[in-house]
Amino acid sequence: MSDRLPGFSTLAVHAGAQPDPTTGARATPIYQTTSFVFNDADHAASLFGLQAFGNIYTRIGNPTNAVLEERVAALEGGTAALAVASGHAAQVVVLQQLLQPGDEFIAARKLYGGSINQFTHAFKSFGWNVVWADTDDIASFERAVTPRTKTIFIESIANPGGSITDIEAISTVARKAGVPLIVDNTLASPYLIRPIDHGADIVVHSLTKFLGGHGNSIGGIIVDAGTFDWSTGGKYPMLSEPRPEYHGIRLQETFGNFAFAIACRVLGLRDLGPALSPFNAFMILTGIETLPLRMQKHCDNAKAVAEFLAGHPAVASVSYAGLASDKYNQLARKYAPKGAGAVFTFSLKGGYDAGVSLVEKLQLFSHLANVGDTRSLVIHPASTTHSQLDDAAKVRSGAGPDVVRLSIGIEDKEDLIADLEQALGA
Amino acid sequence: MNHDAYPDNYIRGILNSVKSIAMVGASPVNVRPSYFAFKYLAQRGYDMIPVNPGHVGKDLLGQPFVASLADIGRPIDMIDIFRNSSHIMPVVEEALTLDPLPKVIWMQLGARDDAAAEKAEAVGIKVVMNRCPKIEYGRLSSEISWMGVNSRTLSSKRAPAPTQGMRLSLNRMSVGGGDTAASDRAAKNKSEQS
Repeated sequence: MSDRLPGFSTLAVHAGAQPDPTTGARATPIYQTTSFVFNDADHAASLFGLQAFGNIYTRIGNPTNAVLEERVAALEGGTAALAVASGHAAQVVVLQQLLQPGDEFIAARKLYGGSINQFTHAFKSFGWNVVWADTDDIASFERAVTPRTKTIFIESIANPGGSITDIEAISTVARKAGVPLIVDNTLASPYLIRPIDHGADIVVHSLTKFLGGHGNSIGGIIVDAGTFDWSTGGKYPMLSEPRPEYHGIRLQETFGNFAFAIACRVLGLRDLGPALSPFNAFMILTGIETLPLRMQKHCDNAKAVAEFLAGHPAVASVSYAGLASDKYNQLARKYAPKGAGAVFTFSLKGGYDAGVSLVEKLQLFSHLANVGDTRSLVIHPASTTHSQLDDAAKVRSGAGPDVVRLSIGIEDKEDLIADLEQALGA
Repeated sequence: MNHDAYPDNYIRGILNSVKSIAMVGASPVNVRPSYFAFKYLAQRGYDMIPVNPGHVGKDLLGQPFVASLADIGRPIDMIDIFRNSSHIMPVVEEALTLDPLPKVIWMQLGARDDAAAEKAEAVGIKVVMNRCPKIEYGRLSSEISWMGVNSRTLSSKRAPAPTQGMRLSLNRMSVGGGDTAASDRAAKNKSEQS
């Protein structure tokens, strides 16, 4: 029982999972149940009062989901995690713990289009006001800080252009402002980048993408780094003040370095309700077991495809940080030395029409609105994921009208290149 | 002892060996962390003694409050201090007058007094600071995993079916010693520099 830090692949297979106590089942069982019996009235009261660890109701926690939570927490180097119904749900639950109506948060302009919509419209209706900043200009984050700023939100590898964010520089801004840094690590996965190692206080994921990896289950997760002190200045009352929902418990003093994950569970998930189905948790867990193998293959394929496109006469430009000529290549070498991810964009000399024609002619690439599948995917962001943005905002977020986004799968790279070649050439 | 990052074997050794625990600052209010920890440890079979001069005459889950460590009147294995860092030293000084001495002095989550720790360690008492024995017990038995907490342990053995009041096995492969990955790194850097 010596203290030994297991490697990433060992954690990907084992963390959080132990043979089932009742049956000895080695794979994690799908606990497809809404509720769990109490031993007696005192046990029930202890669970409801947060005095005991245990299961009550699947909207608050479930043993299959708990394995997923511990596994992702271990892979990210966090203290705890909370699985929820989607990546979007993760973002709502996180911000609900941090912001009161009238508060502000700073977000990187280069974000998944769905996040831009959620922040701009849905969150505005809650009185959570987003202030945009530019990851290529770190000072724009500093300038955006006001006394009402409660957090900063960035992506490690930004959708759709695959640019790499200087997490450490932005974490310095967050520390100086006294606010936690949230990093959406969906496109990198912890195999490529562990944001907590670079100063993130909270990590969120759409599990739907590379972690689940097979394009079969929607899910999201929140990882608590355990690094932020929530007690200062009464700025985060959900964590630091007595909670009337639980007869006056103060979550930080009770749960220490995993208080944020507990707040997300007992104040966020319990009351907002976006619980993950245990079946989805099982599917995603199975996916995570092969994350290191898949992610490396995704990256190796992506680099080969990006190099092919960069040399093709019909292509105007390729935005992939794994290319030596890319403006984000230095950051990629620092933050993601194993590979720069598998989602990137390129633009065609023929503009919008050439993009549409390419998408229609591809035979292996699937035209759909997802990334991080075993299968290679293609989409035209300007008319789909980013279609709600105006033209200027499309360009700013890397989704101009001439841009095509690829998510490279784990097929044989020769076949992917041949498919692109026939679609570009004809 | 490096109080930035404890080896899990150190914590495990303490939780596996102590039988009686005097909790200084135990509260009868059922939303206070000390109440949570007292109840949990009592249910795990530890012989718990609540110490709090403000509640003498009452009892906590059937155990009568005593005013001070000296009033316990029998040997105790561990003192668990639920007080702020600034109130630790007098408790440790009182503990050092006990005969026999306690084997362990444990300071709760958020509490740390390095000078007091040094005094206790000088006479052979093991010290843990800024940790919660309930959380550590839950972590090393993996019970805390039900809350999505990273137990930083792995095991390929069948878990015991949990029932209330049982002692859980704490013997699992351990992943690390700090309370966060960041403190692990800080401790590692410190030990590399020294």
